[in-house]
Amino acid sequence: MTTTQNISTAAPGVTKPPRRFTFITRSTATLWANWKSRLGLIILACFILVAIFAPLLAPYGASQDGFERNADASAAHWFGTTAAGEDVLSQLIYGSQISVAVGFIAGLLSTIVAMVIGLSWGYIRGFGADVINFIVNLFLVIPGLPLMIVIAAYLQNGGLVMIVAVIVITGWAWGARVLRAQTQTLRSRDFVTAARFSGEPAWRIVFKEILPNMTSIIAGGFFGAATSAILAEAGLEFLGLGDSSIVSWGTILYWAQNSNALLTGQWILLFAPGLCIALLALSLTLINFGVDAISNPRLREGKSR
Amino acid sequence: MVYVLRRIGFFLLTLWAAVTLNFLLPRMMPGSPTDAAIAKLAQNGPVTDATRKAIEAQLGVPDGNILEQYFGYLHQVLTLDFGVSYTFYPQSVSEMIWQAFPYTIVLVGFVTIIAFILGTLIGVLTAWKRNTWLDALPTLSGSFASTFPYFWTALLLLFFAGYVLHLFPTSGAFGPTATPAFTWDFFMDVLYHAALPALTILITSLGGWIIGMRNAMINTLGDDYVTFAEANGLKGRTVAIRYAARNAILPNLTGFGLALGGVVGGSVLVEQVFGYPGIGYLLFNAVIGQDYPLMQALFLMITVSVLIANFLVDIMYGVLDPRTRR
Repeated sequence: MTTTQNISTAAPGVTKPPRRFTFITRSTATLWANWKSRLGLIILACFILVAIFAPLLAPYGASQDGFERNADASAAHWFGTTAAGEDVLSQLIYGSQISVAVGFIAGLLSTIVAMVIGLSWGYIRGFGADVINFIVNLFLVIPGLPLMIVIAAYLQNGGLVMIVAVIVITGWAWGARVLRAQTQTLRSRDFVTAARFSGEPAWRIVFKEILPNMTSIIAGGFFGAATSAILAEAGLEFLGLGDSSIVSWGTILYWAQNSNALLTGQWILLFAPGLCIALLALSLTLINFGVDAISNPRLREGKSR
Repeated sequence: MVYVLRRIGFFLLTLWAAVTLNFLLPRMMPGSPTDAAIAKLAQNGPVTDATRKAIEAQLGVPDGNILEQYFGYLHQVLTLDFGVSYTFYPQSVSEMIWQAFPYTIVLVGFVTIIAFILGTLIGVLTAWKRNTWLDALPTLSGSFASTFPYFWTALLLLFFAGYVLHLFPTSGAFGPTATPAFTWDFFMDVLYHAALPALTILITSLGGWIIGMRNAMINTLGDDYVTFAEANGLKGRTVAIRYAARNAILPNLTGFGLALGGVVGGSVLVEQVFGYPGIGYLLFNAVIGQDYPLMQALFLMITVSVLIANFLVDIMYGVLDPRTRR
């Protein structure tokens, strides 16, 4: 969709250059028009609000213990208490901060890595491209979670910084490949040739001319990377490989399994944190349905061919 | 032929890179197994130099410069000799891996193939019946289920089907009374124990195949030759399956090789929850017990298996798509 923008603005004097924020408002409007991504945006907004206002919303502190242990749901503790006597609802509310932050930061960082590598890889030719091709393919086939587990095992108790780093190291390759394919198709377009003949340096062509035409693909890559980051963080915390003293959805499940919540029958303790992870991941997936429809008109709803 | 040779070349190169990565990984990390062991000992009092030497000898810490270490390591890999496990002493690492390997191969391999076939078929259906409930229902429930964390699906199934309803066993790969043998009873017992882990992987991975096939199929349905086939008055089913689906399946097949890594990773979590004695459960125990030789060898085995699977998919792709054979 930005391609058409570019073409229309290329003709001088016919239209004004689009304002900086036109693109953002227009793409938000497109996402909002698609009911799937609208639902996703609403769910995501709820989680972000809960994460920001966690201290106001939570009835107790995140690690405040001393309540009755393994209690069932009651008026004082809507979701019951953990084996250490903490309030499950408060832990869930505070846990959203970790997942939202990790998803956002790790998703953003791996998108940036994917963007830099994917675009330069798509633009250059020759031996350098072959080398990058090999490295990207290697990272694509190496199973991510086992690699994360091994790295996490070496960096004993590295905490969240370690988890984010591990997710970024293992998670950039897919995005880089998608962006490279798009760069290759754009590289031979007229506006790129024009920029090259007008003497623009290569980095400027790549990041100023080609990049703006791939905004929707980059956005899709970001939501995808954030989804897998949230799932990976929860998985590592669940295995006890992160910092098990922080309160996140993964650690709630880790402590629930270690304190035999399966045997005590506290199904809320098992059900709620996982459902939160799934809903947050779902909201990003739903938004991506809308983003996909922006970058690939054939996937748009309503019209069949 | 050129295609096959190129794939073999790429396979050998990635194999070498994965082996080398596995060699470099522990050497790039801060600290060493010896340091970790000494740090534990140091809590009880000062550690002498002799103790340090003894621990190094016991853990088989490599000596010599990095090249000598590297060739020693390559020799180890080629002879499949990975030393002795710390946590399951005196069993060797290779023994531990060979015991666990069949369970994971059967579980992950079998379920992934079922999920791929089932998901692809449903994907064809959803794209063909686009914008009807036959599209919306599988697409939405599939994409919702694919966001479930593996360990959560596993915990819920274990809790409800195992602990509450007592439909399925709650841990292990076979019952306490069964003895491993090639008999029908033992086979059925293994299947019974594998049901919940398999269902977990199926639920979580099905959605990806549906969405992938749906998107590829919608793209081919928009192509001119499909419109032409329709204009010729061919039956809807013929157009959907023999014209569109046959071409749409190719990108999904590439996805198969790549998704396998994700499924293998997920199986680590699933096996941990169900106490299923496969590679993933072993990896988890190796990490918890800081059993570095076992951990390294397991990671290598997992990576090499995924590489081999990808290689096979590439070869199959060559058979299915004549364009690659030019």
